[in-house]
Amino acid sequence: MAFPSKDPCFLPLWQNGPFPGAFYHFPGTQNGTGGFQKSQSPITTGTSVIGVQFKDGVIISADILGSYGSLARYRNLERLIKVNDNIILGASGDYADFQCIKSYVERKILEEQCLDDGFSLKPKALHCWLTRVMYNRRSNFDPFWNNFVIAGLEDGQPFLATVDKLGTAYKDPVIATGYGAYMATPILRKAYEENSQMSKEEAIQLIYKVNQVLFYRDARSFPKYHLGIVTKEKGVEIQGPIDVESYWGPAIL
Amino acid sequence: MNLLIENGKGNLPDYEVQGVRKVNFNPYSDNGGSVVALAGDDFCVIAADTRLSTGFTIHTRNQDKLFPLSDTTILGCSGCWCDTTTLTRLLSARMQMYKHEHQKEMSTPAAAQMLSIMLYHKRFFPYYVSNILAGLDENGKGCIYSYDPIGHCEKTTYRAGGSAGALLQPLLDNQIGYKNQEDVTPIPLTQEKAIAILKDVFTSAAERDIYTGDGITIKIITKDGIEVSSFALRKD
Repeated sequence: MAFPSKDPCFLPLWQNGPFPGAFYHFPGTQNGTGGFQKSQSPITTGTSVIGVQFKDGVIISADILGSYGSLARYRNLERLIKVNDNIILGASGDYADFQCIKSYVERKILEEQCLDDGFSLKPKALHCWLTRVMYNRRSNFDPFWNNFVIAGLEDGQPFLATVDKLGTAYKDPVIATGYGAYMATPILRKAYEENSQMSKEEAIQLIYKVNQVLFYRDARSFPKYHLGIVTKEKGVEIQGPIDVESYWGPAIL
Repeated sequence: MNLLIENGKGNLPDYEVQGVRKVNFNPYSDNGGSVVALAGDDFCVIAADTRLSTGFTIHTRNQDKLFPLSDTTILGCSGCWCDTTTLTRLLSARMQMYKHEHQKEMSTPAAAQMLSIMLYHKRFFPYYVSNILAGLDENGKGCIYSYDPIGHCEKTTYRAGGSAGALLQPLLDNQIGYKNQEDVTPIPLTQEKAIAILKDVFTSAAERDIYTGDGITIKIITKDGIEVSSFALRKD
């Protein structure tokens, strides 16, 4: 920094740039200059979250494993949370970051309940808010290492969307994160395209089948999962842990 | 012993914790997408594909990348999607602030200048977005502004941008700009011809560019308003 003025009236020419006459350091390249390290990598991670819309609601699921690299370390984690009566939030990626976001969301919900105005957070609003939180963190090179899935009912209509660690956000009737993006999306998309008006039971069946596929091929998965279902009739239901049947006979050769 | 020496660090491979691996963080991602805009004397058309992808993964086949800023201005974006959402959010907020302050909509050239400034403001941590702004100017004439990620702005009458930009621009040069053709008299672009060319160029782009496909949304801006239509592309 060549001539950084201490004058409060001083306005920088631009954000994040070099001062006139100074060399420029690209953001995120200075290591060890501050007292803490930014942008670590994920430590305890959860694998895929999958979700699909059905006739009168949305269903998502996530297994209950917390992996420590290749070590299957925590075998009973809940990666789906009920946000309020019409939103479920699912997370893959770093579990500590998820717990942090979870506490933010819980505070948000509490503050809103305290208003007691009869309004509650809608899935679209939560999705948008999460987008901003994630984008701000990535812009500070200190991302929340997660991929969130938001499922809910927006004015009675099914809503399914996702946000990743960069703040990349989109909504789609079919969503799968992590390895599920490669293995679950094709199955879910095919099922959804054949019958977008499937019943809740059909959707539960479909999710079970997809979890089975993921358990067979994703080495960081687990044969127990939680189900999160949002419908107009029953509101939010979190079920589980549900067991996945598997057959490994040929594997013992 | 041999195993210890072979393994370099003197650890048995089985005892190495593969747990925590350092991952590099890249704040940008290339989410693909193409935008094409064509301007006529009293209209402007802009189209963008609807595929949102990263590498070989298609996130969604139905993502609108055209953002109406006013009744006569539409912005088409492609590139880093998280930057796109942030940029367009900021833009529409500033469009609204202008409206409340001046009791009128911002004109397309003004919006174009504002966008350039907003992009350059992030010169050293840019929005990685390829923008094409299409609209009608104060005289009702079609105009197009295209940008690079750090705010360089150029006014044109036809432009292709995004992942298939380099593929499509020469085609437009030839078909719209009558470049490298001999003995032809340029005729002013009509809406019908513009739409036909748009559909053709996107179909061609979807053949060769894996980041472009699934479908396009077309928006036609005239003094009477904005007309929206869509067109399917190959989904592979």
